[in-house]
Amino acid sequence: MASKLKLAVWKFSSCDGCQLSLLDCEDELLALTGAVDLAYFLEASSAAKPGPYDISLVEGSILTAHDQERVRQVRADSKFLVAMGACAVSGGLQALRNFADVNTYVKAVYQNPGRVETLATSSPISDHVEVDMELRGCPVSKDQLLEVVVALAQGRKPDLAGGSVCLECKRAGHACVLVSRRAACLGPVTQAGCGALCPGYGRGCFGCFGPRQQANTASLAGVFQRRLGLGGRDLARVFQGISCNADAFAQESRQHEDQH
Amino acid sequence: MKINISVDALSRVEGEGYLKLEISGRDVEVVRFGLYEPPRLFEGFLAGRHYGEAVDFVARICGICPVAHQTSCSQAMEDALGLELDGPLRNLRRLIYCGEWIESHALHVFMLHAPDFLGYPDALTMAQEHRQVVEMGLRIKKAGNSLVRLVGGREIHPMSFRVGGFYQAPEPERLRPLEVELEWAVQACQDALRWLARLPIPQYERRYLFVSLNQPGEYPIDRGKVVTSAGQNLEPGRFLDSFEEYQVPYSTALHARHRSLGDYLVGPLARFNLNFDELSPLAREAALGAGLRPPVNNPFQSILVRGVELLYACQEALRLIRAYEKPRRPFLEAPNRAGRGYGVSEAPRGLLYHGYTLDGQGCIEKATIIPPTSQNQATIEADVGGIARANRKLGKKQLTRLCEQSIRNYDPCISCSTH
Repeated sequence: MASKLKLAVWKFSSCDGCQLSLLDCEDELLALTGAVDLAYFLEASSAAKPGPYDISLVEGSILTAHDQERVRQVRADSKFLVAMGACAVSGGLQALRNFADVNTYVKAVYQNPGRVETLATSSPISDHVEVDMELRGCPVSKDQLLEVVVALAQGRKPDLAGGSVCLECKRAGHACVLVSRRAACLGPVTQAGCGALCPGYGRGCFGCFGPRQQANTASLAGVFQRRLGLGGRDLARVFQGISCNADAFAQESRQHEDQH
Repeated sequence: MKINISVDALSRVEGEGYLKLEISGRDVEVVRFGLYEPPRLFEGFLAGRHYGEAVDFVARICGICPVAHQTSCSQAMEDALGLELDGPLRNLRRLIYCGEWIESHALHVFMLHAPDFLGYPDALTMAQEHRQVVEMGLRIKKAGNSLVRLVGGREIHPMSFRVGGFYQAPEPERLRPLEVELEWAVQACQDALRWLARLPIPQYERRYLFVSLNQPGEYPIDRGKVVTSAGQNLEPGRFLDSFEEYQVPYSTALHARHRSLGDYLVGPLARFNLNFDELSPLAREAALGAGLRPPVNNPFQSILVRGVELLYACQEALRLIRAYEKPRRPFLEAPNRAGRGYGVSEAPRGLLYHGYTLDGQGCIEKATIIPPTSQNQATIEADVGGIARANRKLGKKQLTRLCEQSIRNYDPCISCSTH
């Protein structure tokens, strides 16, 4: 048998939830360590092996100059780098600072704001280094995470869900919450992967998996305006959530932000 | 003789922190539990957002304890709006919170902390010689996660949670299958506690100011008043009259202190010592059997107390599922109004405070969030200093490990503390 793949897990600015998803694979965890070598995973182990690593799972966004440097080192040490979760893929919820003056936010928290070192924007990993694969979600889907690791260990292409949350929702047979509950649902413009969880619970999708390819956000915003009477700040805020800094959502929200 | 200890990136904790220690002769000259997690500035970007959005946002403070943040936040909003959850709705909130306690405590006890006591770098290595215990821990953890998923929609960042209740309340028959697994878990937790009680527990004691919630008739999880071992009893809204946050240059997380009594401890030890009589008879008996009698003043015994709380949470979840009736309406609502509201709950790591000021449109004017690990920072440093001084002859390598172990006594959640 070939030697086990060396896997590393890295944390940048995040809630830890995506790497926790790996520890949440309770049934698979012990078997997984038979197939891959968890060479660097600080949250789980004090035994850290030096690189290079075959696969790096990178969680979190970049908020400091120090982390800009650190992610370059991670890239240099990794053969295959996966941006794991909404923070790593698009900057996460903390990218709301990109729409404001970060100093106002810092002053809201710290008495001595001058001592706090932070960048004006929260940026995704791909703004700093080349990313080989994106794993969407806030948090990522456990099944997709396992599929990626197992597929890479087997040397094949991972099979991840395509299409939109809206499509998943139709397949699951849920009533459309935009029509039946007048909920602002991002399902039509959000990438599939969660299994249309929110509409299944009677609420609108808020975009954890980020915009799908060719997302027609302008058309959906028009529906929100006409059907729900949303406009200006309120409409901007619908797109300014978990995936606020993803291009399609960021651009759409800026269209409405200054209109009252 | 001088000993310098420096751990640049702490492991088996949630988030990014370092330890720095300088000992000269009998004196500990420097002890720093430094947190360098970059602040995401939640209190900054929450301002201007509607209270209904906040519950989804604050979940993202922490991947391990989203339900704690959702609960403290919702209660604060409900306080501001004049809503009060009772009956089945309130029980459902306590039930999902039990699920979070189970998954979080099981993760910490079996995967992150137990390896310290036996000298393993991690649970996966520990599993080579203690496979049964690790498998048992994972199965208990899974029961907790299943509970959070069935009530909240998913394990991490549940999306059914909202101000006033849930977007959808589960059908009773969806929860029933969990009974069998929780019955198993109640038994397994007792076995686990007997195993934990045989671990070599380091000796170290000092006097602490313990702070936790208290709610007569139940062990504090989802609500209560703030009580201290100095005899205070405060409404949640009076918390900041007695406690304050302050900034230190080497941590991105604010520290906290009692305004007149200084450093204090939140978490399992505080809950146990201030609420022993509220535990179930079985949990009390198991605690005494494991050698725990309040007041517990040895922080290394926190792993045992977590074991007791794990047992209690499994029993409590079982009780709540058996008594569960689907609420008539999944959530309560109230019109937007200006006001202030405060919410406190017991995250697995300790007391979690949220306070908000809302404007007339229901948008947040000011947010204040004080997580347990921020509050424990000064106490952790004092512990590490005391433990290092008492064990300075151990040799650098062993002393370093003991100091890291003593930090893990608090199950630090660093992303949460900085937020």
